[in-house]
Amino acid sequence: MVELATATPTPLPVGPVRDHGIGRGGMFALIASEAALFGYLLFSYYYTGASAPTPWVLEAHPALKLALPNTLILLLSSVAIWFAERATRREERAKAVIGCGIAFVLGTIFVVIQMFEWKAKTYGVAKSSYASLYYITTGLHVAHVVVGLAVLAMLFVWTWLGYFTPTRRIVFTNGSYYWHFVDAVWLAVFTTYYITPYLGFGT
Amino acid sequence: MSPPPATATAATAGSNREQSIRRTPTIGRSTPELRERLQRIWETKPGLYGWLATVDHKEIGIRYIVTAFVMLVIGGIEALIMRVQLASPEQTLLSPQQYNMLFSTHGVTMIFLYASPILSGFSNYLWPLLFGSRDMAFPRLNALSYWIYLAAGIFMYAGVFLGAGPNDGWFNYVPYAQFRYDPGLNIDFYSLGMVFLGVSTSVGAANFIVTLLRMRAPGMSINRLPIIIWGTATASFANLLIVPAVSLAFFLLWLDRQFHTQFFQVPGGGQPLLWQHLFWMFGHPWVYAIVLPAMGMVSDGLPVFCRRPLVGYAPVALATVATMLLGFGVWVHHMFATGLPGLSLAFFSAASILIAVPSAVSVFSWIATIWLGRPVITAAFLFFASTIILFVIGGVSGFMTASVPADWELTDTYFIVAHLHYVLLGINVFPVMGATHFWFPKFTGRIMDERLGRWSFWMTFIGFNVAFLPMHLTGLWGMPRRVYTYPVEMGLGPINMVSTVGSFLLAIGFLLFFINVLRSRTRGVAAGDNPWDAYTLEWSTSSPPPPYNFAVIPTVASRHMLWEEQLGESNERSNLEEGFILDHGKEALATSALDAEPQRILHMPGDTIIPFVLAAGMLVLFSGLLLRNWPITAIGAVICAADLVAWFWPRMSLLERGPAHG
Repeated sequence: MVELATATPTPLPVGPVRDHGIGRGGMFALIASEAALFGYLLFSYYYTGASAPTPWVLEAHPALKLALPNTLILLLSSVAIWFAERATRREERAKAVIGCGIAFVLGTIFVVIQMFEWKAKTYGVAKSSYASLYYITTGLHVAHVVVGLAVLAMLFVWTWLGYFTPTRRIVFTNGSYYWHFVDAVWLAVFTTYYITPYLGFGT
Repeated sequence: MSPPPATATAATAGSNREQSIRRTPTIGRSTPELRERLQRIWETKPGLYGWLATVDHKEIGIRYIVTAFVMLVIGGIEALIMRVQLASPEQTLLSPQQYNMLFSTHGVTMIFLYASPILSGFSNYLWPLLFGSRDMAFPRLNALSYWIYLAAGIFMYAGVFLGAGPNDGWFNYVPYAQFRYDPGLNIDFYSLGMVFLGVSTSVGAANFIVTLLRMRAPGMSINRLPIIIWGTATASFANLLIVPAVSLAFFLLWLDRQFHTQFFQVPGGGQPLLWQHLFWMFGHPWVYAIVLPAMGMVSDGLPVFCRRPLVGYAPVALATVATMLLGFGVWVHHMFATGLPGLSLAFFSAASILIAVPSAVSVFSWIATIWLGRPVITAAFLFFASTIILFVIGGVSGFMTASVPADWELTDTYFIVAHLHYVLLGINVFPVMGATHFWFPKFTGRIMDERLGRWSFWMTFIGFNVAFLPMHLTGLWGMPRRVYTYPVEMGLGPINMVSTVGSFLLAIGFLLFFINVLRSRTRGVAAGDNPWDAYTLEWSTSSPPPPYNFAVIPTVASRHMLWEEQLGESNERSNLEEGFILDHGKEALATSALDAEPQRILHMPGDTIIPFVLAAGMLVLFSGLLLRNWPITAIGAVICAADLVAWFWPRMSLLERGPAHG
């Protein structure tokens, strides 16, 4: 006896529901690709540093005075967008708008402090391979933060306009993933440039 | 996991939000009314706007294929000019500088603008059809990846036509490629062009991955995927992770050249070998990315003409993945002569030799398929079967150079040129020509001329071997690659003449092939749905397929959906007649990653000019960077930013927004 396979009709979600939807896979792919980019940047740092005559880093003890608080500021912005995302899930629009706004302000402060950090350096991008790597890695990170800020700004506007509901909010959730990624990758950059010299790398 | 069941249909939407987000699809058969309705929903409007705005994967796939073939012709003409120059010793047709630009541009064109995009083209066209799906996961991203490919190709070729094409070889080693030694715009065109093109490859890869995981017909579990799917999927996972390496390398080089950074500059403590590492960390997995999908074409096409299933489906599928995994650990075999420590050479040599194992799995599976089948000798079969011979020759020379001492002798000689052409033509160009014969009826509704097809096969096959087989010897006799000429005393004149004659035979073969394509498009024999009596889903829909591919979503019960009766492997049959009718708008079905259980009804985006505008904005942006003209760069950036806001603006039609608040 021959049997015909036929998909069983069951109630299926239509379109993206909550944080599930086809767009999530796209965002994860973007993040994987961006993470690879930073992986290659950090590989370049360690490879160049390990094969160069010491001392290679230009500062044996990079100042943490600005960088450490700045790291905390960026992490707090992640908390803020998480708070906003949770508020979206609970249909608390005012809280969500506030969360987006706080995340945006903290991210902007991070960029401004990073500018001061660059200004305080005694060397320019062309000084040595270390200097080039430092400026371009932190620079590419800031570029990602700026894109992330644009994402936050749009999420702020769209939340303000009341576009998102607890079920239809995939755009918000995906945007928040990107922001978390930008924050997480900073931890790798920060550890590489600010912590490893204290452990003796390149000094 | 799943929310409480609700049975309401979309018709009752509005009163209860939780209900309106779920629907039970109706099961039905294809009727003329349904097809007409779907046609209205899915078809692209005629006219210029529709042409620029279409997101139909079939249209995009054909554009990819046509553009890539144009690049193949351009790259081929470049090769012929070089062969004329090399036909006899001490010729002066080309200056050394012209020759440098020609061989570099030839490499860049063939590797980046032909070999990868042609496979993206076939995969774009075929994937949703093979999957029993209506489109790729991200149709707009699909359009974007084509437009960026086109724009990046124009960008790079603008350099060539301005006399500033790449001229330090396709792998563009520093320090030659530094400003001090190559001060024109040549390398800047190449560097920025590669960063630009990388975006296309990356978004395309992301699209293939999500399509693989979500867009298959119910029942098409992971063990029922055609091998071309395994090939393109594996290549896409790799591309997503490796393209950033080459984009970064070229970006850093551009900074070194234009902004005096010290990444690869020895005086500033930079590391020239970093270039080679970043380039080949990308470059070696990449060469598998541009052959695995083509090997998949052979694995899927050959069985059709051998009238039996592929021998060893599971080993071939796993070998595809294994090749790529090993491929991540072999990049240093391009750097054996750079003075790295012996231990690392030994490791990378071993890994490179090991790759022979999964490669042999595919080869033996193809041989066994022919051996155990009843081959029907068509032009497509000949192209597919010749792949085996060419791959074995190219594989053996690769195996030889995987050994460090042999590599030290052979590197930078014509032996390597012979090796790389055997692998790249053998397992990219020949399978692609076979695939063109094989799938042409699906693309156009007409069959390519068989007689002309055989002529073109024998001309390309003989021409190719006459051109490249002697190059092994040319290399062993000591002719270095990438030199514009050679002295009479070396005695290399005759053998080079043989290669030149072969290259022209090869070119005639390609000419016949393209004549066949153009003629058969309008004058070929009408094909019908399944002219080869093939077994996969694309042959169950009309030729060419309607814009929506399948009026009802098929349900899959085996790996050979259209051969189930003959094979009689089980009692279960795929259902191609009756299935989900998704017609409440531009709808497609998402299924689960492993078992392909129905999971979600998707609302697909319609035609839009947004991807085209983004690619155009990026072209402006990269042109600004090239000229270091910041106003132009800023204009490009603003276009891109505005376009992205429009792209991501949450749309009611895509159900990205909730119903308006009361």
